[in-house]
Amino acid sequence: MSLNEALPLLVVATSLLTGLAIFFLAEGQQRLRIGLNLGGALAKLALVAFMLRGVWQGQHYEIRYPVLPGIDFVLRADALSMAFVTLSAVLWLFTTIYAIGYLEGSPHRSRFFGFFSLCVTATVGIALAGNLLSFFLFYEFLTLATYPLVVHRGTDKAMHAGNIYLAYTLAGGAILLVGVVWLYHLLGNVEFTQGGVLARLPADHHDQLIVIFALLVAGLGVKAALFPLHGWLPAAMVAPAPVSALLHAVAVVKAGAFGIVRVIYDVYGIEFAADLGLLLPLAVVASITILYGSLRALTQDGLKRRLAFSTVSQVSYIVLGASMFGPIGTIGGLVHLVHQGIMKVTLFFCAGNLAETLGIHRVSEMAGVGRRMPWTMGAFTVAAFGMIGVPPMAGFISKWYLGLGALDAAMPWALAVLVISSLLNAAYFLPVVYTVWFRQQDKPWPSEARTGRLETDWTLLLPPVLTALLTLGLGLFAVAAFSPLEWAKLVTVREYQR
Amino acid sequence: MQALLALDLLPWLIVLPLAFATASFLLGAHAARAIAPAGLALGLVAAGCLAWQVAGAGPQRQALGGWEAPLGITLHADGLAALMLSMTAVVAMPVGLYARAYFRHRPGGVHFWPLTWFLIASMNALYLSADVFNLYVTLEMLGLAAVGLVMIGGGAAALEAAMRYLLAAVAGSLFYLLGVALLYGAHATLDLALLAVRLVSGPHAALAAALMTIGLIVKTALFPLHFWLPPAHGGATPPVSALLSALVIKASFYLLVRLWLDLFGTLDTVAAGQLLGALGAAAILWGSLLALREKKLKMLIAYSTIAQTGYLFLFFALVTADRVGGAGSALAGGVYQALSHAAAKSAMFLAAGGMIASMGSDVIARLDGLSTRLPVSLFAFALASVSLVGLPPSGGFIAKWLLLDAALATGQWWWLVVMVVGGLLTAAYVFRVLRHAFLPACQGKVFQPVPRTLELSALALALVSLLLGLTATAPLALLAGDRA
Repeated sequence: MSLNEALPLLVVATSLLTGLAIFFLAEGQQRLRIGLNLGGALAKLALVAFMLRGVWQGQHYEIRYPVLPGIDFVLRADALSMAFVTLSAVLWLFTTIYAIGYLEGSPHRSRFFGFFSLCVTATVGIALAGNLLSFFLFYEFLTLATYPLVVHRGTDKAMHAGNIYLAYTLAGGAILLVGVVWLYHLLGNVEFTQGGVLARLPADHHDQLIVIFALLVAGLGVKAALFPLHGWLPAAMVAPAPVSALLHAVAVVKAGAFGIVRVIYDVYGIEFAADLGLLLPLAVVASITILYGSLRALTQDGLKRRLAFSTVSQVSYIVLGASMFGPIGTIGGLVHLVHQGIMKVTLFFCAGNLAETLGIHRVSEMAGVGRRMPWTMGAFTVAAFGMIGVPPMAGFISKWYLGLGALDAAMPWALAVLVISSLLNAAYFLPVVYTVWFRQQDKPWPSEARTGRLETDWTLLLPPVLTALLTLGLGLFAVAAFSPLEWAKLVTVREYQR
Repeated sequence: MQALLALDLLPWLIVLPLAFATASFLLGAHAARAIAPAGLALGLVAAGCLAWQVAGAGPQRQALGGWEAPLGITLHADGLAALMLSMTAVVAMPVGLYARAYFRHRPGGVHFWPLTWFLIASMNALYLSADVFNLYVTLEMLGLAAVGLVMIGGGAAALEAAMRYLLAAVAGSLFYLLGVALLYGAHATLDLALLAVRLVSGPHAALAAALMTIGLIVKTALFPLHFWLPPAHGGATPPVSALLSALVIKASFYLLVRLWLDLFGTLDTVAAGQLLGALGAAAILWGSLLALREKKLKMLIAYSTIAQTGYLFLFFALVTADRVGGAGSALAGGVYQALSHAAAKSAMFLAAGGMIASMGSDVIARLDGLSTRLPVSLFAFALASVSLVGLPPSGGFIAKWLLLDAALATGQWWWLVVMVVGGLLTAAYVFRVLRHAFLPACQGKVFQPVPRTLELSALALALVSLLLGLTATAPLALLAGDRA
């Protein structure tokens, strides 16, 4: 096995083996567990950094293994995979640090971190999957790996949320499977190829291809929380904060959005998808989801629920960008895939800090909390501004390209959707920011935990501060080499050059 | 390697378990327990070598005593038979090790070993027979051994279940025998290959086919003739349940496949195939719904067997409707479903046996605390569930993929719907179990320690069901060799 074959496998293995090893640790072996967690995360990050450079230089990383006659299991690193892999690797490190602090002293930590690592394994596998079968394999693995995290607390509410989560995701998976098998039946093999593979099928297959597209998008749309398939996401908020952070930023919702991007660009091909008339309906669904999520977020008093509906809305920006025919929209969608992850993870870290340190779960309890936790709330404010799209945050870059892309694709109504959504974002985030900084504390915090010199434990504080800095940095240095924007441009060039 | 390929393994696959059956009967429970691992290992080696031979040199054939059919008894093994023989040996090994630990402090070991060896011998003989009457004899032997095994649970319930089972098994054999008699009367031979040549389409042949098929679907417990299965499989001791659900019903299914492909292929079977498929679909839905409502763990697994058997019968609807030559994936899907269900279901019964032994309760609502106290058993159960639901990367997924592909190839979208809905229902009932197991233990709940073997043998079988998904190309190539 050459190095270029081994690397994609190693990137998956760094979290898979870590996860499996952690299952066998006793609760008390905390140091070893932390060592394994951080070691795995850092090793993955190093490998990813190496591969990122390689892919940029045109290296070919691929490994395959026959699963069925004529169908291989394929892991391949192309430019699009690397965007998602890098996001996962970076946020896994931050979230691991956060989770170590967050779960300090709670039971079943080995089980938690075991599944946590498996969850990242599935995400990275989704990113690196080189064909539709491999993608499906990791997509279903992700469902199974996240379920124990959602129900981790074992309360009735958590169990109920787990049921809802499974009902949605397994049904979505089943629909996706039908679409996948159907495509394989027509094509024999469905390798992800830049520019798509379906255009060569004869014209009498086009009706079937439209049905298959609907099946694939419905199956992927469940995880991407497209309206009306989003119901599981607000329910899954009962999970511990690090899980919510991971679910909303990289793992589950992004897996769906990433899958839709893959299907449009590397299975159908953007031009062929446009010829079949598939893009406009998808853009409409995405737009409805964007507006619906924002509207629902307005009225939520629970902070995590507000953030959840915000995710419903924000993830569809990616889908909207992907369904705009034209390179600028593509860039906007792809860059938002990364930017949204970093901003959303920050917001969830902060929400977790409030809950863990002061017992605050609702927006109405947050008056004056900026004085008590300035660093946390500073990070929150930066990320919230990013979500609204205020320059120079990362979110501004996404929205700028998406807006330009809408005009470029002759979809001026999509620009209107973006503008309205931004106003709505401001309407549900700015009151929070105002309450936090400008209102006086009117009642004691629900349950204040003792902390030391810092406002909370440093493991809880460091991750959101760093991701907030990233939010700022990725906006300020958007044109630096290897920035998400530059990488999205690289992906786009490779997708459109055919 | 050459010497290995030249070895005549076919008789040994029957003689070996028969010898162990006799020895176990004569020497008593203690000695039987001691020699079992050696016999199981030999069986595994023999089955593995046979599969190797078939893969390398094509189907194996041997006339006992040099007397060729129609005078003598001929043994025959192609890729399909080799796979079924391997399945038997692979499942029997961990189940046997489990039984050694399980019956150590429980009554029943005296009868378990002779009957199990006899069961294995008759299944192996069935897979190797190429003659419809010998097949009848093996079927009857198999039924009797299985009924005997159900009874070793002791108690009135086990006896009643065994009597019901006996009734069904004998009735099934009778129908089959009537069909055989009709064929013999008309064509004066019992050899499968000769019959296939001489069989002519007509009411006579159709009646024989119908009788034999009815007899065999009773034994395979296809809806609505499944009444005997839940009490027998749910009420037996765990190692017996595992053998019955994983292996015994697969033997009659195998025979059906063999007859439909090799013998009735010339008849017009499209309508009958659709009927079997429809019954299979009904079994999937009905079995799953019963499993969803069931309160006891082992009965839930038994109902799941009824549902999973339904998938096997979709094969007939798919293969008969095939006029363009996509039968390959239908056959592969049906056989793969049989193989992966064997591994997954035996893992499930063994894991459940360990859980019940530890908690002293069979009620699903009282499984709380298992995830911390018996994590290995629970993991085995979960892994087996993945295969039953048909999620990747498991044998069940490969089977489902192939069956879905066959449904698309033959343009029968309605089976797609059945399979998708069936998969979701399966997920619903297995997660009912897993969800309870994840809850923290109630105050004061006592767990008895469980021998490590009980947990590990369940895990081994669950890993086999996973491995079937990762190494599908080899068994599928073996199977494809038959039709080449």
